[in-house]
Amino acid sequence: MILSSPTRTTAATVAPWVAVAAVVVLAALSLAVGVADVSLAQLFTDPDGQTLLLLSRWPRTAALVLAGAALAISGLIMQQLTRNRFVAPSTAGTVDAATLGVLVSLILFASAPVMGKVLISTAFALAGTAVFVILIQRVQFKDVVFVPLMGLLLGGVYRAIAEFFAYRENLTQSLGTWMNGDFSGVIQGRYETLWLAGAAAVVAYAFAHQFAAAGMGRDFATGIGVNVRRVTAIGLSIASFTTAVVVVTVGAIPFLGLIVPNLVTMAIGDNLRRALPVTALAGAALTLGCDTLARVLILPYEIPVGSIVGVLGAVVFAALVLRKGNRYVTA
Amino acid sequence: MSPHELTLEGTEAGKAPTRPGRSVGLVRRALPSTRTARVIASLSVLVVASLTVFLTWGVDGHWDYALPRRAEQAIALIVVGAAIAVSTVVFQTLTHNRILTPSIMGFDALYTLFATTLVFFLGANSVETMDPWIMFSSTTVLLLAGATTLYRWMIGDGSRGLYTLVLMGVIAGTLFGSIQSFMVRIMDPNEYDSLLDQLLPSFGALETDVLALAAVVMIAGVAVAFRFARTLDVLGLGRERAITLGVDYRRAVTWLLMLVAVLVAVATALVGPVTFLGLLVANLAYQVTRMHRHVITLTASILVAAVALVLGQALLQHVLHFNATLGSIINLVGGVYFIVLILKESRA
Amino acid sequence: MIAVDGLTKSYGTATVVDGVSLTLPDAGVTSIIGPNGAGKSTLLSMVSRILGPDAGTASVDGVDVFSASGREVAKRLSVLRQDTHMTARITVRELVEFGRFPHSGGRLTPDCRASVTSALSYCDLDHLAHRGLHELSGGQRQRAFVAMVLAQDTRYVLLDEPLNNLDMAHATGVMRLLRRLADERDKSIVLVLHDINYASAHSDRIIAMRDGAVVADGAPAEVITPEALEDVYGMPFTVHRLGDDLVASYFR
Repeated sequence: MILSSPTRTTAATVAPWVAVAAVVVLAALSLAVGVADVSLAQLFTDPDGQTLLLLSRWPRTAALVLAGAALAISGLIMQQLTRNRFVAPSTAGTVDAATLGVLVSLILFASAPVMGKVLISTAFALAGTAVFVILIQRVQFKDVVFVPLMGLLLGGVYRAIAEFFAYRENLTQSLGTWMNGDFSGVIQGRYETLWLAGAAAVVAYAFAHQFAAAGMGRDFATGIGVNVRRVTAIGLSIASFTTAVVVVTVGAIPFLGLIVPNLVTMAIGDNLRRALPVTALAGAALTLGCDTLARVLILPYEIPVGSIVGVLGAVVFAALVLRKGNRYVTA
Repeated sequence: MSPHELTLEGTEAGKAPTRPGRSVGLVRRALPSTRTARVIASLSVLVVASLTVFLTWGVDGHWDYALPRRAEQAIALIVVGAAIAVSTVVFQTLTHNRILTPSIMGFDALYTLFATTLVFFLGANSVETMDPWIMFSSTTVLLLAGATTLYRWMIGDGSRGLYTLVLMGVIAGTLFGSIQSFMVRIMDPNEYDSLLDQLLPSFGALETDVLALAAVVMIAGVAVAFRFARTLDVLGLGRERAITLGVDYRRAVTWLLMLVAVLVAVATALVGPVTFLGLLVANLAYQVTRMHRHVITLTASILVAAVALVLGQALLQHVLHFNATLGSIINLVGGVYFIVLILKESRA
Repeated sequence: MIAVDGLTKSYGTATVVDGVSLTLPDAGVTSIIGPNGAGKSTLLSMVSRILGPDAGTASVDGVDVFSASGREVAKRLSVLRQDTHMTARITVRELVEFGRFPHSGGRLTPDCRASVTSALSYCDLDHLAHRGLHELSGGQRQRAFVAMVLAQDTRYVLLDEPLNNLDMAHATGVMRLLRRLADERDKSIVLVLHDINYASAHSDRIIAMRDGAVVADGAPAEVITPEALEDVYGMPFTVHRLGDDLVASYFR
């Protein structure tokens, strides 16, 4: 909250521009890279190139930006609302509950349209996250890392339930794809749902002040006329919906919602209104970068981007936990 | 499933002797051992019963075919159960915590990672022809080195909070998992997917190639654990007290962590990772024995694990008709149990 | 005799124990006093092997504490730590039996059982022997740990602030018990104390530390003086003789 040091203020003013530049450059790179040997200019001028652009390259790049930004923002909101830096969709059971939801929708309503799956998955994600929030409120905390630990293991329980049913229905493989984000299947007509996640991110921005107030604590928020219960419900709904959309369309990207907001607020401070857009851009940039890497590392094959972010995310997460003298607000 | 029956059995055995003997000192001193003997006896009977059920249920006439196959499976399950039970009890004593298991701390993920690494560097052809024994032994040796270094560093001087430690373990586990799937993809994606399926076994497909070796290693490991039982009792008092009572702490911890690593390797080589099994059996063993003495808790945990796995597998085959893996059911039950435990701990 | 030579421990730039050399006798009660942060507990922890020193040596009756096997040292030297919290649910007798570990490796011999029983009755715990440790009061638990140390049957007993969190009655009870141990069983008791008047009343020798070094060492009459105490604690004292005791007053 304190932005007194000059370096931080500089970082805060520069950061949005750096993030925008990074997204533009990485998006261009993402458009240019692919199995087909086409230059960036040809994509826009050559007729074949234009078809390729519209059908495959543009959808993929857009999907990456939307998913990355939306997940990062979900993480930031969840961290504010639970007042714990280590809470994110992947550490609060949200992803696992959303996955369970997709599985259930697939078993019970096999013919449901994408939107139906998203809604069922959202409902599960919301319920699963609510269980997490209720659990952590009931426990007296001595240790701030207990919260994500609880969330990770709760997620493990949801996953166990999902695995149990997936095995019965012979869907174990699908389970793997929802848990591990992969953009290789993204083409025109198969990613558009992600725009809804982008819309949710815009809604989140409108509520930024209220989230920030709720993050200051119940007494403070109530004092300035914010209904914490309602704001928390709205915030968690946005995060659950976003997670569900991403899981259904491309699969989860582990720890993205955890590390991006942490790195951003470390650089520019906790002012939520300012942090939100930078977090969104940084999330998009990280996803673009990792996906481009995923596509070129073992050409002509691809690695799921989830695996790359998973490795990176786990390392950064561990570093954040072990960081010396990190004092966080306990819930 | 079986754990419930076990708890019932345990409390039943426990209730009888607690009623008398509130006043007479002599009777009371005799009590713990009588009670313990009953608990162990009941558990042993349960193991025999489960084995009988497992070996004979639904064999219609084809004994010469069914029995050897089932016996092999039963042995594999018992080897796995004993290895997981003992490694968990030892690990929990070293970390002074009943909600930690080597699996939650990423031990078996590390095993899987090493197995994949071997494939990665040796290439597909060599693996197809490689003796499973060599595969098992080399992975175990790697795990020994890796796990002891890593977890000694993590346990460190005890200045890190317990929950930080567990969280680091969980993160390490996911990290190993991600690196492993990453490597699988970097290798020729078409070939290695199926290859690794063969390499990394599960309850559904017990890996019995290395059963004989695994059994020998397990028996040796369990024997070592029992030899250390009294030292473990003292270690249970805490590091400082153990040192002042004459335990060479660093040496003991190093040896015991190596033992844990070997036992985890045995279990993982046979059935792959099972996150919550150890947690379940170790805590059930503590509950039924109500003892701090490792000779007793180790024995009880092995018996509980054997019942859980053998009876669980039998029920799975004949009641659920194979429509789930034992691993997934154990993870389900154990996971819920874990949440209950952690809630209890955090309130205390 | 416990011989300490040049023991040093630093954390970062702060030297907590700075090259302390001293010898502790093989009988009697020796108290170590000094202000917070003087290095008393750190010194005791190093001699107890709980903390590795940066430099220096320590030996017990000629056995090097840091290189000899744990068992050998534990037969000569027992330690009672400040913390009597216990996660394991064990009875008082089971706790006291642990004291025999250095001698028997956990397999109790008839001799062991006898010494456990005698330790229990010496500390007046016979009637509590089958109680769970967690059911006891703070003073009773402290006595149970003293009994464990007694069952360990070592010449030297080190205690780190054994009076912490005890009320006057229990504190005096523990001090009397330690005094009796020294007198009747010919043991050498070395303890860290915060209350200088307990040190004065029960010790044969008092060692005063400040800033990681020994600043006064001698019989109570030599250390419990206004000059010496002011030097140790940096505040004024008056010392009164009440009967046989020297009592330091520092309350106003």
